[in-house]
Amino acid sequence: MYTAIVFLPLVGFLIAGIFGRQLGPRPSELVTTILLVVAAILSWIAFINVGLGNAGSSVPVLGNWITSGGLKIDWALRIDTLTVVMLVVVNTVSALVHLYSMGYMHEDPHRPRFFAYLSLFTFAMLMLVTSNNLVQMFFGWEGVGLASYLLIGFWYERPSANAAAIKAFVVNRVGDFGFSLGIFLLFALTGSVALDQVFAAAPGLAGKTLHIFGLNVDPMTLVCLLLFVGACGKSAQFLLHTWLPDAMEGPTPVSALIHAATMVTAGVFMIARMSPLFEYAPVALSVVTVIGATTAFFAATVGLVQNDIKRVIAYSTCSQLGYMFVALGVGAYNLAIFHLFTHAFFKALLFLGAGSVIHAMHHEQDMRKMGGLAKHIPVTFWMMTIGTFALTGLPLTAGFFSKDAIIEAAFASQRPGALYAFLLVVIAAGLTSFYSWRLVFLTFFGKERWAADAHDDHAHDHGHAAPAAHGHDDHAHDDHGHGPLQPHESPQIMLIPLYVLAAGALFAGLLFRDAFIGEGLEGFWKKALFFGPDNHILHDMHNVPEFVAHVATYMMLGGFIVATLMYVFYTDAPRKLAERHGMLYRFLLNKWYFDELYDRIFVRPAFWLGRLFWKEGDGRIIDGLGPDGISARVIDVAGRVVKLQTGYVYHYAFAMLIGVAAFITWYLLGGVHN
Amino acid sequence: MFGFGLLSGLIFLPLVGAAFILLLRGESEATLSNVRWAALLTTVVTFLLSLYAWSLFDTNSSAFQLVEEKSWLGSGLIYKLGVDGMSMPFVLLTTFLMPFCILASWESITFRVKEYMIAFLVLETLMIGVFCALDLVLFYLFFEGGLIPMFLIIGIWGGKRRIYASFKFFLYTLLGSLLMLLAIMAMYGVAGTTDITVLLKTTFPSSMQKWLWLAFFASFAVKMPMWPVHTWLPDAHVEAPTAGSVILAGILLKMGGYGFIRFSLPMFPEASQYFAPFVWTLSVIAIVYTSLVALVQEDMKKLIAYSSVAHMGFVTMGLFAMNQQGVQGAIYQMISHGLVSGALFLCVGVVYDRLHTREIAAYGGLVRNMPLYAVAFMIFTMANVGLPGTSGFVGEFLTLIGTFFANAWVGLIATTGVILSAAYALYLYRRVIFGVLDKPSLMKMQDLNAREIACLAPLALLVIYYGVQPGPILSACAASVDLLIKNYQTALGLTKAATLALH
Repeated sequence: MYTAIVFLPLVGFLIAGIFGRQLGPRPSELVTTILLVVAAILSWIAFINVGLGNAGSSVPVLGNWITSGGLKIDWALRIDTLTVVMLVVVNTVSALVHLYSMGYMHEDPHRPRFFAYLSLFTFAMLMLVTSNNLVQMFFGWEGVGLASYLLIGFWYERPSANAAAIKAFVVNRVGDFGFSLGIFLLFALTGSVALDQVFAAAPGLAGKTLHIFGLNVDPMTLVCLLLFVGACGKSAQFLLHTWLPDAMEGPTPVSALIHAATMVTAGVFMIARMSPLFEYAPVALSVVTVIGATTAFFAATVGLVQNDIKRVIAYSTCSQLGYMFVALGVGAYNLAIFHLFTHAFFKALLFLGAGSVIHAMHHEQDMRKMGGLAKHIPVTFWMMTIGTFALTGLPLTAGFFSKDAIIEAAFASQRPGALYAFLLVVIAAGLTSFYSWRLVFLTFFGKERWAADAHDDHAHDHGHAAPAAHGHDDHAHDDHGHGPLQPHESPQIMLIPLYVLAAGALFAGLLFRDAFIGEGLEGFWKKALFFGPDNHILHDMHNVPEFVAHVATYMMLGGFIVATLMYVFYTDAPRKLAERHGMLYRFLLNKWYFDELYDRIFVRPAFWLGRLFWKEGDGRIIDGLGPDGISARVIDVAGRVVKLQTGYVYHYAFAMLIGVAAFITWYLLGGVHN
Repeated sequence: MFGFGLLSGLIFLPLVGAAFILLLRGESEATLSNVRWAALLTTVVTFLLSLYAWSLFDTNSSAFQLVEEKSWLGSGLIYKLGVDGMSMPFVLLTTFLMPFCILASWESITFRVKEYMIAFLVLETLMIGVFCALDLVLFYLFFEGGLIPMFLIIGIWGGKRRIYASFKFFLYTLLGSLLMLLAIMAMYGVAGTTDITVLLKTTFPSSMQKWLWLAFFASFAVKMPMWPVHTWLPDAHVEAPTAGSVILAGILLKMGGYGFIRFSLPMFPEASQYFAPFVWTLSVIAIVYTSLVALVQEDMKKLIAYSSVAHMGFVTMGLFAMNQQGVQGAIYQMISHGLVSGALFLCVGVVYDRLHTREIAAYGGLVRNMPLYAVAFMIFTMANVGLPGTSGFVGEFLTLIGTFFANAWVGLIATTGVILSAAYALYLYRRVIFGVLDKPSLMKMQDLNAREIACLAPLALLVIYYGVQPGPILSACAASVDLLIKNYQTALGLTKAATLALH
């Protein structure tokens, strides 16, 4: 069954990828979607068996991958509670996104390719979460990176999409650089890359000193920090986050699947999986806490002022991932996974809802050109509102349970950096509420700002001018560019996934709280997560003061009220505020100037160095001092040789062979005489 | 086979084909067609024969197999052939790539077709000879002889600056080789024979080892090519016809690496250990430096040529790590690079045949009318980047993990190569394949034809197969590499491989 769960999407990819053009779009869609739905159903069965039931963990080995000396790497599926949780998340969201895309992409000519990529992504993600060694995890890790690259750049005629795709891949590679070094170091220390062996060796390495790179360091801390660099890349944490907002260039279902619910949580999964190592690296965990909290805060501040509906949600994702890292950092791995689980529902819901809005608005993404949509697309409006409830943590929704628990854990933790984290995530909770409601108000309430707007204008704003372009965010509509815009509700095939996700966003917290973080956690997680002997966070977090338990709710209300005031009642206020604090506004609007900074210190110097090495290094120094003195003469000679050309190649091929033979014969004879 | 063994058959079969082509007269289209088919048939039969040799090969043994020996040229000099786990994969790689080279030249070579095919077949003979020779002089003959047909291929069927490129290629490699020749003489003086199997058991005095090592290094470093003697390669690649580039990148570059494994490491262990930091330094410089240079190239072939230099940096680095992962990874990287870079040059050839320019800026948006081409190019680009699941990953990963074990600094710097390779490879792909198809010259470009699919599809499948199942190659060389490392450690009196200092 586990093999089927993992490989059904691969089958779908191969069918749609190889025979897509023969089959046509509709059969390709159906094949991939049906296979994914089957995989999702099987995943829930696995979840019930392994997580809620007592099926126990298992590791079916599929075959050998690499063997070299002491290094043995198998293809295997590690099945335990952590894996089945991820299987459920990945396959459920993926199946729903497949279904949704059948509606959303219905006029795109490249649908077989799109669905093939989606299935390929799902397969790679499943290989990642089922891996039993670090290298197979890396396989999935890079595989999802490839699929993400292909899907971000799906509309390959748009330069911005291409740039975003490359950026995503290369920034992820920076993370992989750390991940790879972490694997190398672990192998050097333990002689293995298999999880069980590495975990077994971890306690023995704790507290030792390793002399490496001219420093004396704690080996487990170094390993964990290197692995964390990888996690930062994939999960778009502070400093390596720059690719995620740009990744919104991809079609919206992709954003929901890859850049919200699944791939970006791979870093969280990885650290939870590696908890037996991180538990012996408290310093690394402090770093995780601080970076996570910084991300949660930073991304929320940027989200406040963005005008693109997808970018707001993207920064929100970035911020929520920060919450998960805070949970990991304070040692509450199950909280992180719980938030990952609930977040998958409500964030996928928000993205798909945003897709529905964009669909209704004929690929307009700028919220300044929306407004008043609630009565035109009421279903989408309600679904988005449910998502917002869950994201902001309205009591009893999914986000309420998982986010509040993280805030409590951050308060309860004694780890250095935890107080900082607590303050930032509390502030971020308020910001989250503000930008989420701002999004809802701008999109669904107020004046119908699109009505006065000639439709052509905004279409062209976004590079829609290219004759063969596939549209700004999706397909070109028949009525595109003609007459006034009439927002329309999305078809049922797009709404059904929204209903399912909305149910998850509302009830996943209530239903699964007990198993993930409540009384039933030991029976649920079994040995999938590791808590060190000194890790009492799950106990301590129940003893926090009353105000801590409620602070998130207050922040949520505060954010809601401010957003209501600014975007419902005093709609002039945002503009005035931006004018009064121009510097701050631009700082936030330009995402703290990270892109500009990185361009200056990495991208341009790399090209500059490349040109320097090429023209000066290779051209002037190496060739100039080396062979060019000879070459200059050679060209002379060559000129004369050309004149001697007889026209028969083998004449001089033969002449040269004779020459070499004579030369060697001469030497051989000489050699014999000696 | 006529009193000769299987390996002799492999070596001389292409010559038989060449002789047959030589006999064909006339310049009519029918004759040319016969020439092409004869060349293709010869290479395919040679490949099948090499598969037969492979079926007789025992991968559990580290000894030389299929050995044959004949006296030749008097005292001490013998005609001796044999293969072990470290050379067998290269023989197969050579025979496997040759039919693709012939296919790639099917239409693009329009003049002197006969001579062209003969040059390629002679080249195949010499290349197989290099990997099978068990006598140092014989090795040298094959090794240097290979220069001549390659020189002609670049110089006659090359691009605009072919003369410059061919002479640069020839002089660079020949100068390196002359030093090796001197070293061979010196070795003969010590051991009294040029039989490689005997030389492998000979211990050379340590002071002499260093000189011999340097002399061999001069030749192999140029062939690899290592930084800073790599500048001939971009020029040679750019000017060579497609098939010439495939062979150059696929096989000729591997001779340097093979030389290190066959001679430098086992015969001069002390010198190898002494010079290892030097080799590492050059290797990591090559990886970072040439990757950056690749980033700014405007010529497709030059870009791939520079990326080849970077990939060869992983090979030399892994070899001198002298542990199982490093050396096996290096061998794997060479085989994989042979497939991947060969395929990438074929990909360039596909568009070059249509538009006759290698200028990256001349392309863009090809995916629109060449979707199959885009898929093939994507697979090989990803393999070049070292994506897990392609053969490129296995070699890169093993060399890095082996090197990190031997020297963490080297491993650290070399690993930055994975970032840079992604940057230059994807940047190339974007400029050629993605974007809007708005250049009038590109509008009429056709997708891959049957011949081109026949060229690229097997390579693509193999690249993915070896990415998921590297076992066949790794197990083929495991025993021989194990022996190599054991002997190396015995010679140096090491009890076990160097490891990280842990207190």
